[in-house]
Amino acid sequence: MSTHTLSVLVENKPGVLARVSGLFSRRGFNIDSLAVGETEHPEVSRITIVVNAEDSPLEQVTKQLNKLVNVIKIVELDAATSVQRELLLVKVRAERSMRAQVLETVQLFRARVVDVSPDTLTVEATGTADKLDALLRDLEPFGIKEMVQSGLVAIGRGSRSITGPALRTAA
Amino acid sequence: MSRPTPEMLAHRPPGVGATITPPAPTAPPVPTATTGAGSLVKSLEALGVDVAFGIPGGAILPAYDPLFDSRVRHILVRHEQGAGHAATGYAQATGRVGVCIATSGPGATNLVTPIADAYMDSVGIVAITGQVPSGAIGSDAFQEADIQGITLPITKHNYLVKAAEDIPRVLAEAFHLASTGRPGPVLVDIPKDVLQAATQFSWPPTLDLPGYRPTLHPHGKQIREAARLMVGAKRPVLYVGGGVLKAGASTALRKLAELTGIPVVTTLMARGAFPDSHPQHLGMPGMHGTVTAVYGLQQADLIVALGARFDDRVTGRLDSFAPYATIVHADIDPAEIGKNRTADVPIVGDARYVIEELIGAVGAEHAAGHSADLTEWWSTLDDLRRRYPLGWEEPSDGTLAPQYVIKRLGEIAGPDAVYCAGVGQHQMWAAQFVSYEQPGTWLNSGGLGTMGYAVPAAMGAKVGRPDATVWAIDGDGCFQMTNQELATCALENVPIKVAVINNGNLGMVRQWQTLFYNERYSNTDLGTHKHRVPDFVKLAEALGCVGLRCESASDVDTVIEAAMAINDAPVVVDFVVGKDAMVWPMVAAGTSNNEIMFARDLRPNFDGDDL
Repeated sequence: MSTHTLSVLVENKPGVLARVSGLFSRRGFNIDSLAVGETEHPEVSRITIVVNAEDSPLEQVTKQLNKLVNVIKIVELDAATSVQRELLLVKVRAERSMRAQVLETVQLFRARVVDVSPDTLTVEATGTADKLDALLRDLEPFGIKEMVQSGLVAIGRGSRSITGPALRTAA
Repeated sequence: MSRPTPEMLAHRPPGVGATITPPAPTAPPVPTATTGAGSLVKSLEALGVDVAFGIPGGAILPAYDPLFDSRVRHILVRHEQGAGHAATGYAQATGRVGVCIATSGPGATNLVTPIADAYMDSVGIVAITGQVPSGAIGSDAFQEADIQGITLPITKHNYLVKAAEDIPRVLAEAFHLASTGRPGPVLVDIPKDVLQAATQFSWPPTLDLPGYRPTLHPHGKQIREAARLMVGAKRPVLYVGGGVLKAGASTALRKLAELTGIPVVTTLMARGAFPDSHPQHLGMPGMHGTVTAVYGLQQADLIVALGARFDDRVTGRLDSFAPYATIVHADIDPAEIGKNRTADVPIVGDARYVIEELIGAVGAEHAAGHSADLTEWWSTLDDLRRRYPLGWEEPSDGTLAPQYVIKRLGEIAGPDAVYCAGVGQHQMWAAQFVSYEQPGTWLNSGGLGTMGYAVPAAMGAKVGRPDATVWAIDGDGCFQMTNQELATCALENVPIKVAVINNGNLGMVRQWQTLFYNERYSNTDLGTHKHRVPDFVKLAEALGCVGLRCESASDVDTVIEAAMAINDAPVVVDFVVGKDAMVWPMVAAGTSNNEIMFARDLRPNFDGDDL
């Protein structure tokens, strides 16, 4: 099993996300993460899906995805040739005595404090899954009160765009 | 923007596929004021729909008012399942898109089975359902069901129409999707207020399907590679599936087969794609296929799959299927290629283009002096055909053999008739013992295996091809699921003929109980023998049909001929047959095709074969 990141360009219409996610569950795939948002073309949305799968079932599910009428294009993004980011918000225990240590960890990971209370700090961090895991590991001893994570978003490195030609047909 | 180009539609045989009126070259379309419902009916007319099967109800009611004045013939069925299967039978027999209509909630959910059926067998139908008014959606309103959500996994695509002005475009897209590429069912759900809203109708609409681009033309390099393998193989087989019928490629297939001399097997969905009388035809492969077809695939060194999907009923245990074969797999749906069996030469394309281009490429190989010598292969296959023909043992208890009934029915009604089967033993016998010579003459529920398919599908086929004799070959179990549509047939002047192969039991289930459950016949006796409940002759008469009965072999021909002579009413023949007849050959579920049994406890003797 290996992790794959799929960028799926879809028509920005109601129900499309249900079609895509339903297809994964129906074919027995567990989605590790999913993020969806508009692209530079408002009629097109981009879904980034991270799945753990063998190559051949993944090929099958990609082909099935391609068959969905609302799916315009699917590109697998390789970690080495793309920028991949997740967003993490974490509320960590930080009483006065510990606060300096927490802040030091936050700075080490180039994260930001976005909210403060007398006994907690809320930290925002972006990065790859590995980096965020490492941050969480370092914050854990202080006490994590609550956390929330976004799905991964990814974009290919270099000047090429995966949306260009597809969207000419869409428009 | 995409519009089906003439090229996209032109490869279909005449009458096949949605005929979308080409845009008028000069005058722009003139919009007419109407309602959503009016727009729906005008769209159906513009799409060339001649018939729709359905039942009105609250939410769809606005559509039935303009339908009353339309040239679209509406056939009022007795159950929505009947409407769905009728649309499927119509589509399979004519190659055009079948249309069914139902109201919201239970009307729509009753369409779920036929929609799933059409999805599994890739039949182009459009289902139109009424929905509760937009404002009530999501409130658990009376007769509300999320039919778009329910049918997501069983439609090629579906729509919930939000605005009346979208109706022409959505209908045109639905017909285009249903009939092109790999065909399939499309559902269009329209809320009542959208049907009632004032709108402008103009035609033709512009299709907006940026993500839908089926590949029709195969890759030249793959075709040349396939041709090279075809002239080099020693034991090749053409494995022909339903895609060949859908592409209207039967004539081309025959040319390819005759050019190469390669043996042909036709799957349950492809019966009729290649004439049964042709000497190169080995019959049907699979669980109840001929010994020669099954063995041919097992021993093949090259399988050329054309519009077939390596279904488990064909392959048996996948890991022992055709172990020596190189696979050329051509299908219009890329997702089928390599799904079950890895393809050595994958070809994505419409079966007709694929086959036509293969003919050219094989011709080029022949011109270069490459051609296969299949003498040895044919002598092996001919020997098997001689030793293991399809047949049956006469029942020892003196009862009527169901196989005999079906064989005689095929011989008397002939190759121009349309045969439409339910699911079970009678279906397999109908696939085995009727000789199919032409496309569109064999309709059945292959993928989903829907009991109750035969009667409504036969009705749809007869409506689509009124000049053809249409025989439903049904079981007593299947027949009791949907026979209410005989009332529709009687009143709408759809004189189908139904042969009920009545063995008093759920025959195929009983066969499995005989073979795998120690003859413990749990809940398979239907009482149609023991108690004669229902009496199918009386039932037929009550439904406005002619009812006949046949209980002995000597009466079979007379009764079939009597049924053939009646053309002004539907006919039901109750063929009372023995309950112990079994379908052979058989590859038991989950076993290897090498374990095929020719008859009970009889394995063909392959060991002496020199392979």
